Order: sequence, then structure tokens, then C-alpha cells
Amino acid sequence: MGKIVAVTGNEACAEALKQINPDVCAAYPITPATDLMQRFAGFVSDGKIDTEMVLVESEHSAMSACIGAAAAGGRVATATSSQGLALMWEMLYIAAGTRLPIIMPLVNRALSAPLNIHGDHSDGMGARDTGWIQIYSENAQEAYDNTIQAFRIAEHLDIRLPAMVCLDGFIVSHSIERVEYIDDADVKNFVGKFKAVNPLLDLDNPKSYGPLILTDMYHEYKRAQHEVMTKVPGIALEVAAEFEKMTGRKYGLFETYRLEDAEIAIVVMSSAAGTTKDIIDQYRDKGVKAGLLKPRMFRPFPYVEIADALKHLKAIAVLDRADSFGGYGPLFSEITGSVMSMDTKPPMINKIFGLGGRDYLPNQAEQVLDELVKIAETGKVETIKEYLGVRE
Amino acid sequence: MTTKPLKLRELAKGEDRFAYGHRMCAGCGAPIVVKQVLMATDYPIIASNATGCLEVSSCIQEYTAWKIPWIHSAFENAAATISGVEAMYRSLVKQGKIDDKQVKFIAFGGDGGTYDIGFQSLSGAMERGHDMMYICYDNGAYMNTGIQRSSATPFGANTTTCPAGDVIPGKLQQRKDLTRIMAAHDIPYVAQASPGNWMDLMKKVQKAFEIKGPKFMNIIAPCNRGWRSRTDDAITLAKLAVNTCYWPLYEIENGVTKITVKPKEKKPLTEFLKPQGRFKHMFAPKNKWMLEQAQGYVDAQWERLQKEAAAGEAEKTPEE
Amino acid sequence: MSKKYWETLPQGSVVLEAGNSAKFKTGSWRSMRPKWIEENCIQCMFCWMYCPDMSVKVNAEGKREDFNFDYCKGCGICALECPGKKGNKAIVMEEEGK
Ligand code: SF4
Ligand code: SF4
Repeated sequence: MGKIVAVTGNEACAEALKQINPDVCAAYPITPATDLMQRFAGFVSDGKIDTEMVLVESEHSAMSACIGAAAAGGRVATATSSQGLALMWEMLYIAAGTRLPIIMPLVNRALSAPLNIHGDHSDGMGARDTGWIQIYSENAQEAYDNTIQAFRIAEHLDIRLPAMVCLDGFIVSHSIERVEYIDDADVKNFVGKFKAVNPLLDLDNPKSYGPLILTDMYHEYKRAQHEVMTKVPGIALEVAAEFEKMTGRKYGLFETYRLEDAEIAIVVMSSAAGTTKDIIDQYRDKGVKAGLLKPRMFRPFPYVEIADALKHLKAIAVLDRADSFGGYGPLFSEITGSVMSMDTKPPMINKIFGLGGRDYLPNQAEQVLDELVKIAETGKVETIKEYLGVRE
Repeated sequence: MTTKPLKLRELAKGEDRFAYGHRMCAGCGAPIVVKQVLMATDYPIIASNATGCLEVSSCIQEYTAWKIPWIHSAFENAAATISGVEAMYRSLVKQGKIDDKQVKFIAFGGDGGTYDIGFQSLSGAMERGHDMMYICYDNGAYMNTGIQRSSATPFGANTTTCPAGDVIPGKLQQRKDLTRIMAAHDIPYVAQASPGNWMDLMKKVQKAFEIKGPKFMNIIAPCNRGWRSRTDDAITLAKLAVNTCYWPLYEIENGVTKITVKPKEKKPLTEFLKPQGRFKHMFAPKNKWMLEQAQGYVDAQWERLQKEAAAGEAEKTPEE
Repeated sequence: MSKKYWETLPQGSVVLEAGNSAKFKTGSWRSMRPKWIEENCIQCMFCWMYCPDMSVKVNAEGKREDFNFDYCKGCGICALECPGKKGNKAIVMEEEGK
């Protein structure tokens, strides 16, 4: 079963999309997601898949065409990064509010200005409230696996929401890693046939998409939208369990690493988790009880489950690869939201790191762990929010 | 499919595909345009609609006036949205997942959603060659938000963002000639029409639907609120627009221009301007130059169109 | 358990009943009312073609009948465009409620 390959994150995502064979893909080139879609377009040109490509003139039109195609009644995917996602902004809300299960690998990249094409989470974090499901991946294998699972979650009849599968620009999208591909037939079988809900192409039952909704109903529509999101974690875990049966690879709403008996912990998403795990091992060897929590699902955010996993800690550092100017980092804000439900609240610090593709280095993880050790001893936090690796 | 005969008595027996109970203002030109377009053919139609008067008034809360599948998503993307629907249709037909029912795809947009904010999306969809028709109902301003100037607003017009004041007497620029710009995309069919000439309009729709690929129609849609005219004169003004050559009826089929309805006698532009309050200030003695300039522009455009049509004729004659 | 109001809303706000705007009667907007004078009517159907509110009723033979006052907004387009018989209009506008 399956096949071991050495591929980049983009290649792995393109392979997943190829195996799923969506009916329509509308896309526009942007670094670092370009390479994903051009590989995919190659499969289409070679007749390997049936997808109809709509090669639009902007990301705004890419998402608009995806919305039209999804409403028409078929399986739809696209991919983007950074400014592309920002240009889609308006349409992201419309895709979610209209309950259209569009799948979009988001190759995370910094936002202008200044212009920068490298990886950070500014784009994804900005789209936090659009109503999309957001799943973050640590490496190419996860990006591949998450892409496949995202179709099942998003297209579930109780959900019908769009989903972003996030992977770090260049760090994951362009680095060659060992990835285990699943057999085409197994992917096909796992994802299943697309079930259209209220398709526009049903000529005998004409529908109208996109009415004007006034003050007496809008509020309720948004309430209903939140309710659907609350059902996502349960479905995502069901899908993950089935996925594990097929591949042996286990996924949850988040991943913990040596956290059960830890006293201090780092919370960090995506590729930086890998480096952090290595340093945690070194500190464990020195007798420091350190652990890690890596959120996988950022929207909906599993507040209660994460609180439960963090409740025994003496100090927590949340590392954000995105910033909120004049505020705490976005992940930090969510973790404080989690911690709110705890009886005793552990002291917490927030580190902003790796903006615009700045390397996240082992010594940064060490610096954070050293600080956590001190905080655990004294219970005192000096500065809540600081920047890691800033040249001074 | 055989093209259906355009006999009023026969047409009137048919079922409307755009229902009453819509909430456009009394006497609005846009629903007349929509009804004539949809009535011209029996093909199944799926439409998208840019945000605007037509959209908010035809599909509001739990009510829709559309009897065909219809989608609105945003303001600037009616073309991109329908191109996605069309691509899905093609994909599913190609894969044998659905039958080919010769579905026709239309995007409706007002002039704001077409000339201005939706222009990129329109241009892109036309270049990609989707089998679709874009229909602009042009009322010459952002009427839905309260009569603001658009690039389709005619020279001199008084709008809420270019009010005729003591120093600036309304809009000082000529309107963008979008029909020509669309023709420059070298798509198979481009036409200009008016609901006052329903037969011409419907013939153009019929012709367009027999042509594969991207089509564009620009249709004048009088708006009594924005034009500051009477609620009963939409058709009268739509006809005057044609007969003054402000809005010539023509088509460009595979690059060949043809004037489809030539006014018997070209009326002075003032006949079109006078009944509209938005041009009232132009009739003040000190603004005489504005009337002259407006007339001069119409004359020059008409002159050029006639030349292009003559060239089209010359090109055709040898074969016929 | 009975559903809350917001749980009954259609998914994605899609309107499933085509043409159900017919349930929304716009006739109450009218301040002027068209009157059909049948003896002047030449059945040219212009009124039907130009009415923005599909409010000129037509029977199975394709012949014009009276207005549909549930929806007619009283714009007067039909009256203005009506050629009538020998210069006598077959539609005149009257003040509503008179
Ligand atoms: S008055 Fe206006 S709405 Fe009423 S029937 Fe005549 S044209 Fe239609
Ligand atoms: S426009 Fe006048 S003459 Fe013609 S059908 Fe209507 S009422 Fe009769």
C-alpha cells in the first residue's frame, strides 16, 4: 500500500489534488503557491485528470469562479498565498456564508508592505474570521494528509464549509521531504463521490443564490453559521480516525509532544514545531520537563480540549509566526482564551518569530525554554510580548 | 433548437421567467430588459448578477423573482462567477456526470458593476472564451447607492458625486464607450440594444445564443429616479436615446459592424436630454457650450460608427 | 424538541422556491391606477411587452385582459406607450382610490 517519495510540500498537495480529481479548479499564480497549481495544471494538460481549469485574471476572480462552480454543484479546489488571499478577502466570507465546500491549500506567506515572498502566518491569521475551516500542517506529509482529509470534512453533509489547508511557504512548500503517498484508489475511495446540495445545475428546481438579507434575519444566519463550525471538530476526528485506519497516521485537533508530565510548554504551529521538538528532547535529557502543543485546527479553535491539555503546566510560551500590531499574537490570544476556563491560570508569554521567512533557529527555542524555566520557578512574567531573533 | 418567432401574440402566451413581486422602482427600465432577454429564447438559462438595483430588488430575504437558476455573490465579479458555473457545467458534461441540455449562461450587471468595478472580471472572462453572454443594463450611474457618477455617466449629467454646482457643472468627462472596448476583445458577438426596440433586442439575444463563446450586450435601461424623469417614460426615453443616435443600435459579429436600426431622422440630442432633470442645468444660457459639446460627441461617434458599418458592408458584398 | 428560529433558516441562504416573489404584492405601492378601455384596445400587446412588473394579464389565446392590480405599481408606461384606436388611448391613468 502506498509509495514512498521525496517531494516538496507543493508537490505533495498537487498529488493529493490529482488523486481527488476535482471537477473545477480556478486559480491564479502567486509565490509560493504557484508551483502547486502549475504542477496540477500539468496533470490536467496531460489528461491524467478530468478537472476543468479556469485560469483567471486575479485571485478575486479565482474565488468568485470557485464559488460559481461550487454552487453549480461539483467538487472545487484552488490554492493561493499572501496577497492572493488578501485579494480574495471579500469572497472568502461569501464562500463560507453560502456554505460552499471549496478546498484551498494556503501556502503561508508574509503580507506587504514591505513586499516579502517568504513564509509566515500573516495571511492565514488575517482570514481567521472568514468562516473557513483552517488546518495547519507541520510538513509535507501533513499537508498531503490534511488536504485529503479536508475534502471529507468540508463536504460532510452536516458541515458544507470551505477549508484552507495551510503549509509554510518555502520552508515546507519548497523543501524536499520524505512523503508516503496513498494509493490512488484508496484516496478516491476515502474521499468518496461528491454529493451536490442545492446545485444550480438542477434545471428542474431553479434556485436563487445570494439574496439580500435584512436586519431581521442576518443575525440569525450568523448564529447558524457558528453552530455549523461547532460540529467540525467531531467530524474532523471521525475523519481522522478513518484516515488512521487506512494509513496508520494519527491526527487530532492538535498534537502534543512530551506534554503529559511537562511543567513548561511551548505552543507553536506548523513547521516550527519540528525544530522545537528537537530542542525539547535536549532539555528533557538535561532533566527539564518541557513539552509542546501544536494546534492543527485553528478554525474552529478547540479551546476546551487545549485547556485540558495545558492545565497542569507551570508556564506556557506561545509562539506566533504572525503579528497583531498593538495587540498580542493571534495564537496567543486564542490560548489565553483557552486558559480562561482553567481554575488556576499558568503564567504565559508570547513570542513573535519568523516573520517574512526569518529562520526559526534552535537557539530561539532554547531562549524561550530558559525563560519558561525561570517563570515556572518564580511565577513572574516580565514582558508578555516580545520578538524572537530580531537584529539589534 | 429552432429560434422562436418574435410575434407579440405568441410571446404573450409564454411563461415569464422573471416574476412579478420584484421590488424595482415603479417604471424602472431594468426589469423590462431582463424580461425581454429571457423571453427571447426557450433555451435553459442560468444567470449570475452583480450586486446592484436589479440584484437587491429581485432576490431579497426569502423571495426571488427569478424562475431560472440564479446566483449573486458580489459586485465586481458577475462574469467570474458565471464563468465558474459554466466551467462546472462543461466539466460535468464532459465527464458524463450530467446530460448536455444546451444550457446558456448569462451575467447581468449594471454599469457600475460592468464598466467600473467589474471590468477586470468581465475582460478576463471574455478572454478565456467561456460560452456565456454578459449583459450590461446601463442606467448611467450607481443608482442603487443613490445616483453616484460612474464611467458610464454621460457628459454633463448631474449626479450626487458630480453635482451641477456653481463652479463644476456636473460630469465633465465623456462616458466610456464600453461596447467598443468589448469589441476590441475580438469576441464573436458584441451588440448594443434598447428595450424600446424590443424586436431588435430580442433578435440580438437569439443570434447571440446561437454563437459559441463569449458575447457581450450593452442595453440602455432608463432609471427615472436617477435620470430625474417621469415614471412612465422609460420606453420613450429608450427610443429617444436611439433616435438621437446617443445610443445607436448596432452589432459587431466576428469583427463586422452592422447598424441594425437606423433612425429615420436623426433627432437633436436635446430631445433626449430635455425630459431628464439630470441635464436641466445644461439648458441654462451660460451652459450652452455643454449642449454643443454633448451633441458634438454624439455626432462624431455616430459618424465613426457609420464608417465602420460601411466598411463592414463593403467587406460582405463580394461573398453575398 | 422544537427547532429554534435560526435553525430553520435555509442552508447558505439559498432561496429554493423559484419565482416566489409573487407572494410579495407590490400593488400597494401604487398612487396612480391604469384603466383599460377595452373598446379602444387593438390588442397590439405593447403594454404587455413594456410593463416592468408583468402586470398586464394575457389569456390562453394570447389576448390582453385586465391589469393585475396585485402587482401593478402604477408607473404609467403602458398608458404612455398605448397607441389605442384612432388616437383614442386604451389605457388612461387615474388617481388611485378615486
Ligand atoms: S402602470 Fe406600470 S406597472 Fe402598472 S400595468 Fe402599466 S406598465 Fe405595468
Ligand atoms: S397597448 Fe393599448 S392598444 Fe395595445 S394592447 Fe395594450 S391596451 Fe391594447
